[in-house]
Amino acid sequence: MTHMIRTSGLVKHYGKVVALDGLDLLVPKGTVLGLLGPNGAGKTTAIRILTTLLEPDEGSVEVAGLDVRTQPDKVRERIGLSGQNAAVDEHLTGYENLDMVARLYHLGRRRSKARARELLGRFELTEAGDRPVKTYSGGMRRRLDLAAALVAEPEVLFLDEPTTGLDPRSRAQMWSTIQELVRGGSTVLLTTQYMEEADRLANDIVVIDRGRAIAQGTADELKAQIGGERVETVLANAADLPPAQAILSGFSVGEVQVDEQTRRLTAAVTGGADVLRHVLQRLSEANISVVDVGLRRPTLDDVFLSLTGHHAEEVEESTADELDESSHEREREDAR
Amino acid sequence: MRNVALALADGAVVAKRNLIKIKRVPEILIFTTMSPIMFVVLFAYVFGSSIEIPGTTYREYLIAGVFVQTVIFGSTFTGAGLADDMTKGIIDRFRSLPMSRSAVLVGRTGSDIFYNMTSILVMTIAGLVVGWRIRTGVFEAIGGFLTLLLFAYAISWIMAFVGMKVSSPEVVQNASFMFIFPMTFIANTFVRSDLLPGPLKTFAEWNPVSAVAQAAREAFGNTGSLPQPDVWSLANPIAYTLIWVGIILVVFIPLSVRQYNRAAGRTK
Repeated sequence: MTHMIRTSGLVKHYGKVVALDGLDLLVPKGTVLGLLGPNGAGKTTAIRILTTLLEPDEGSVEVAGLDVRTQPDKVRERIGLSGQNAAVDEHLTGYENLDMVARLYHLGRRRSKARARELLGRFELTEAGDRPVKTYSGGMRRRLDLAAALVAEPEVLFLDEPTTGLDPRSRAQMWSTIQELVRGGSTVLLTTQYMEEADRLANDIVVIDRGRAIAQGTADELKAQIGGERVETVLANAADLPPAQAILSGFSVGEVQVDEQTRRLTAAVTGGADVLRHVLQRLSEANISVVDVGLRRPTLDDVFLSLTGHHAEEVEESTADELDESSHEREREDAR
Repeated sequence: MRNVALALADGAVVAKRNLIKIKRVPEILIFTTMSPIMFVVLFAYVFGSSIEIPGTTYREYLIAGVFVQTVIFGSTFTGAGLADDMTKGIIDRFRSLPMSRSAVLVGRTGSDIFYNMTSILVMTIAGLVVGWRIRTGVFEAIGGFLTLLLFAYAISWIMAFVGMKVSSPEVVQNASFMFIFPMTFIANTFVRSDLLPGPLKTFAEWNPVSAVAQAAREAFGNTGSLPQPDVWSLANPIAYTLIWVGIILVVFIPLSVRQYNRAAGRTK
C-alpha cells in the first residue's frame, strides 16, 4: 500500500513548550485521516510541518513520497492547504483570489481563469464570485478557501479544522463538500476538535494530546474502546445519586461519571436506544425521579476522559501559533 | 536565471493583487497623495517666503527636494504593506504554493513603483501650480523622474526588510521615521548643503539623498546660477546615485528574502 503521508518521531518545540512530542502518522493513498484533539494538542503544528510552513526539530516527514525537509518545492506542487483562518484576500473578489492562486500554481493565464470560474460554480459561489471577499459570510470564506486549496487538483489535501467557528448549517454544507471530495479519491488529512466530524469524514482517526498520539483506529474501533454513546440523566434529588449510579453501572462500559452539583450521571453504553429504555425502566422501578434524560454521541471530552482519565483541557501555555491564531481570529471578527 | 524569471512572473501576480487593493480601498491613495501636495504648498509658501537661495528661487530649488523626500517617505508604504501581510492568513497560502520564495517581495516593491509614480505625478502638478518649472527638455525630465523612481525602488527594499523585522504596520512608520528624517533633512533637499557647518556639511554632501536631489535639479534645469558643486558625489550625482542603488539592492534583496522566509515561519 502506498502511503501519501508518512511521519515518524516528529518533534517540535516553541521555546519551552512542546508542541509535538514524537508524532507518527501514516495515511494510505485515497483515505482520510482525522487528527482529533483539543486546542493546543499540536494539530496545527503537525499540519504546518507537513505543508512546508514549519521545520520540525526532529523526525522524518514525507508527503506524496517526497521528503518535506529536502524537497519542499516539489511537495508544494502536489498539496493543497485550507486552514482554520480562511487564507483568502479580503479585498479581492472570490474570482480574483482563485485566479491568483491558479497563476501562482503556474496553470497559465487561460487555464487559471477557467479553473477559477469552474471552482466558483462547484462551491456555489458563482453569484458572489465578483464581489470582494470582505462581503462574504464565514461559511462562504471557508468554501472559497477550500476551493483555493483544490485549484491544482492536489494529490494530498490538508484541512485544518475546516468547520471550526461555522454555524451548524455551514458546517453541514462543508461536511457534504468534503465527503464529495473524499469520494473522488483524494488523500486527506484533516484536523478537528469534534468527534462527530472525525466520525463522519475520516477512515482513520488519530487522537492526539500534548503532541503525541494517544489512540488510533477507525471510528468504530475507537468507539468500541471508549463506549459508543452516552446516556445522560439528571435526577430530581441528590439523595438518589448512589442508587442511580448503581443502576447505570449495570449498563455502562467503564465507570459512570457523577456530577453532584448538577445531579448529572453519564454512562458510556453500546446498545443505543434500547439501553436508554431499560435504564428508564429500572430508574422508575426504583422510584427515582428524573428531570432530564438523553442519549448522545461521545464528544471529544468523553474520548479524552475514557482514554486519559482527564478532560480535554486546553494546554495552558498555548503555543505561539495558537496565541497568534486566536488574535488573528479576533482581528478578523473586528474587521467584519 | 530561471529563478529570476519565476520571481518576476509570480511577483507580477502578487503586484496585481496589491494594485487591486488600492483600487478597492482608494482612501489609501487619496490620503497618501495629499501629503505630497501639503509638502509642496507648505514649503513653497512658508519656507519660500523666508529662505533665499542665491542664484535661483527657493521654489525652483525646493521641488526636487520635496520629490526625493516624498518618495522616500512613500517607501514606508512598502514596509507597512508587508508587515500587514505578514499578520494575515494569506501569507500561509503563499508559502504553501509552489511560487517563487521572493515573489511576495518582488510584487510588493513592484506595485509600489506605481504608487510612487502617482505621488510624483501629483507633486509635479502641485509644483507647476506654485510656480516651479521644468526648464530642460522632455528626455532630461524623464531621466530625472527615472532617477527618483529608481532610488525609491531601492529604498523600498530597505523598508521591506524593516517591515518584516518588526511585524506591525504602525511600528514600521515609527521606526523608519527615525531614519528617514535625518536622512532627508541633513541633505541639500531644503537648504544648500555647502552652507551647513562642518560635519553636517560632509554628511550632507555624501548623503545619497543629496545626490538624488542634485540629479533631479539638474535634470529639471532648476540649478539656475548656483555654483557647480566640487564634491565628487554631487558633481556626478547620477553615477553616485546608481552606486548607492546598486549597493542597496545587492545587500537588501537577499537580506529581505531571507527575512521573509524566516519571519513567515517564525510564529507558527
